[in-house]
Amino acid sequence: MKTKSVDRIMTGVIVGVGFLIIALLAALLGYLLIRGLGHVSWHFLTSPPESIRAGGGIGPQLFNSLFLLVLTMIITVPLGLGAGIYMSEYAKQNRLTAFIRLIVEVLSSFPSIVVGLFGLLVIVNRFGLGLSLMSGALALTVFNLPLMVRITEQALRAVPREQKEAGLALGLSRWRTITTVMLPISLPAIVTGTILAAGRVFGEAAALLFTAGMSSPRLDFTDWNPLHHTSPLNPFRPAETLAVHIWKVNSEGLAPDAAQIAAGASAVLIITVLVFNLGARWLGRVLYRKLTAGR
Amino acid sequence: MNLTQTRPAADAVAKDGRGKFPKHKLEELRGRGYVMFCVLLLIVIIFSIVYFIASRGLTPFVSQGVSVGEMLGGLKWSPEADTPRFGALPFLFGSFATSLLAAIIAAPLGICAAIFMTEMMPKVGKNILQPAIELLAGVPSVVYGFVGLSVVVPFLRDVFPGQGVGILAGGIVLSVMILPTITTVATDALRSLPAGLKEGSYALGATRWQTISRLVIPTTLPSLMTGVVLGIARAFGEALAVQMVIGNAPHIPHSLTQSAATLTSIITLSMGNTTSGSLHNNALWSLALILLIMTFLFVFVVRLLERRVKHA
Amino acid sequence: MKKSLLVLTTLALSISLAACGKNNNANNANAGASSGASSSAPASAAVSGAFSAAGSTALQPLVDQASKKFMDLNKDVTITVNGGGSGAGLSQVSEGTVQIGNSDVFAEEKLKDADADKAKELVDHQVAVVSIAAVSNKDVGVDNLTKAQLVDIFTGKVTNWKDVGGKDQKIVLVNRPASSGTRATFENFALGAKSEDLPDSITEDASGTVRKLVSETPGAIGYLALSYLDDTIQALKYEGVEPTAENVASGTYPVWAYEHMYTKGQPEGAVKAFLDYMLSDEIQNTDVKDLGYIPVSDMKVTRDVEGKVSNK
Repeated sequence: MKTKSVDRIMTGVIVGVGFLIIALLAALLGYLLIRGLGHVSWHFLTSPPESIRAGGGIGPQLFNSLFLLVLTMIITVPLGLGAGIYMSEYAKQNRLTAFIRLIVEVLSSFPSIVVGLFGLLVIVNRFGLGLSLMSGALALTVFNLPLMVRITEQALRAVPREQKEAGLALGLSRWRTITTVMLPISLPAIVTGTILAAGRVFGEAAALLFTAGMSSPRLDFTDWNPLHHTSPLNPFRPAETLAVHIWKVNSEGLAPDAAQIAAGASAVLIITVLVFNLGARWLGRVLYRKLTAGR
Repeated sequence: MNLTQTRPAADAVAKDGRGKFPKHKLEELRGRGYVMFCVLLLIVIIFSIVYFIASRGLTPFVSQGVSVGEMLGGLKWSPEADTPRFGALPFLFGSFATSLLAAIIAAPLGICAAIFMTEMMPKVGKNILQPAIELLAGVPSVVYGFVGLSVVVPFLRDVFPGQGVGILAGGIVLSVMILPTITTVATDALRSLPAGLKEGSYALGATRWQTISRLVIPTTLPSLMTGVVLGIARAFGEALAVQMVIGNAPHIPHSLTQSAATLTSIITLSMGNTTSGSLHNNALWSLALILLIMTFLFVFVVRLLERRVKHA
Repeated sequence: MKKSLLVLTTLALSISLAACGKNNNANNANAGASSGASSSAPASAAVSGAFSAAGSTALQPLVDQASKKFMDLNKDVTITVNGGGSGAGLSQVSEGTVQIGNSDVFAEEKLKDADADKAKELVDHQVAVVSIAAVSNKDVGVDNLTKAQLVDIFTGKVTNWKDVGGKDQKIVLVNRPASSGTRATFENFALGAKSEDLPDSITEDASGTVRKLVSETPGAIGYLALSYLDDTIQALKYEGVEPTAENVASGTYPVWAYEHMYTKGQPEGAVKAFLDYMLSDEIQNTDVKDLGYIPVSDMKVTRDVEGKVSNK
């Protein structure tokens, strides 16, 4: 009898904690959205910020965040896939592999501020890239690369052995088997993982303070030549992302509506992350259905 | 495992194809070269990070007359005084205290959440709790700091003596931030438990709680601890959110609600205000170096725990 | 509608600039007028090029604002303005990574000892005066403090507002990090001595955070640049003198410092044109005042590196 009631109490406690966490998140989201959404409008999302007057927007910052994300992904995905393939398919069970695995683990748990400082020292100053989108993207690559490696490795390992052996038995080279048989099968898992990892890039600020800078120079959204100074696509211009903008507005904002701008920008950031999460799940499911239905 | 089994087959294919399919061979070589390059890059990145941070962080000890003992054991941090002092012990204390406190709050919650998702209500877990927790992981740290400053600090100020800022505020904010890490690792560990084990326990007439407390948790304990250590590591390195709520007084506090400082908060506060090459600036790099070394230590602990998983 | 307003102001701006440019530096002002009159006119600016400024976060809004106006007038110039802190600005300008280093303090104060040579290469352009006021929570019952009282408060000798004539309320210090230019100014000209980081005090670098903490924490005292003063906090009189732009300009309120824009060697071309523009009435009489700074030309007194004040 006693064990039964203990069981009931503990079940209650655990279920309670589960719902507590859900409630906590709901409260957090509600707080941020209620405070912020009132300030979000089309004008807010598209116009440039103002340093002194009220009525500034977050247009360039939103664009910078997305563009930085794309840049980071362009650098990270091929490298991460490559290293992930190595780890799951080519690596032998030896000291070197264990060492590389250790490196991946250490890299992924580096404090973002340390990576930011490294970026400042090496990418910004030594490579002479200056405070720029490219520097920011390279610094973010340091975080994202280990995540990508891990995602790819796990996804490839989950591929049924028969599929792989079938490929090899057909006389395909190992590389061919990986790229034509295994990668397509593991694609849904890789895509989902990549998008979830991307969400973290979107919210990163500490590392970008030191690498991508805190200014958003004039952008000419009619000029799409990446080589021009004022083109939004120029990767060598300094750029302030949404998360950095929130930090700056909160800390040194002089505009009379600084608090509302910060709240609005936070809401936008949260919604974007939400969209990313839901999008990742949806895309993963769709890809999975497409790829498995064909077989 | 399956790697070693498939290797002979692959090698055979490669040998067969040597004369007949030079294109395949080339392709294979190119592919292999590419993945090797990617891995090499990882190695280069980590070594350059360690090298560059160390080259700056060691300067105060090597050529600017600060002793390692003073840095690690000193209590006084007054970098701009006429005779500057660089005792970083209060920051080390602050970093450890906040991240441990965060783990103490977050670990039971995270493990309960994981049990909830795997043992109690898998449906609610999968459809609501898991996405919710993933979303928590995606909330930017700046936003956490802002919420901490607007909600947690005023609340603590009203309830406890003191100004609301301090280790308690930092720990609370960090606990929410590391909850996803702990929960995710714990969930993976619980899911990987063979179903037969649990069924056996139920068959013997054990209640669900008995099964969980006597079987599930003890068997997965090393994995659960891995999640907690990873959470602590994340909390240790978090900068902006902590800086906004901890108060940043360079002293060891007497209570949890008294202003304190962490390694990261001092770095973000002063890095921009100091000129590169100055003693103060280099001392901040030393703090970054300490952070780096701590990361290695945490990974080492995780390794030890994982080894225990494999032996168990 | 907004756009047409912008074009109008730009037009008005460039005309007035052309007018004052005749007796000023013809080179830059005329260039501004010819290219800035309307966007459809062929751009025939005499100055062109790209350069960047970095440094003081306090000065960033002003330089940012001025650079936008300048770029509207000179379509071929691209200026990027970054924050990063005074120290970072000075390091970067002396390393040559940026062309202008913004600083809240004299370069000689940051680049000393081994780096003193670097400071000699830098050319100072004082573009505004920033004044700093002691601020307190609204409910402390005091609106004036003497220098001695401030020193007592910031060195921890007085810990209750009732000892300086206020309510029975514990004093909470909201200080800046030791490396901060704002703190240096406050210490030099309000306290006349360096202050210690006391236990229980809060340290924040960001003016917005300082203001939030002072307005919410009972018994809090801190200091802010005049531009950050608003009705959530109370600005304290210093020795009976109110911190206003007029009192600073006349020299009766002593807690102020120059905002500096440093170049490595004498500026040339677009950089020179921009710095001249910063000092033109166009910026000094509008944006400088809007942002709560005091135009250098309004000052009836000057101050040198050692802090010696003399009448103009």
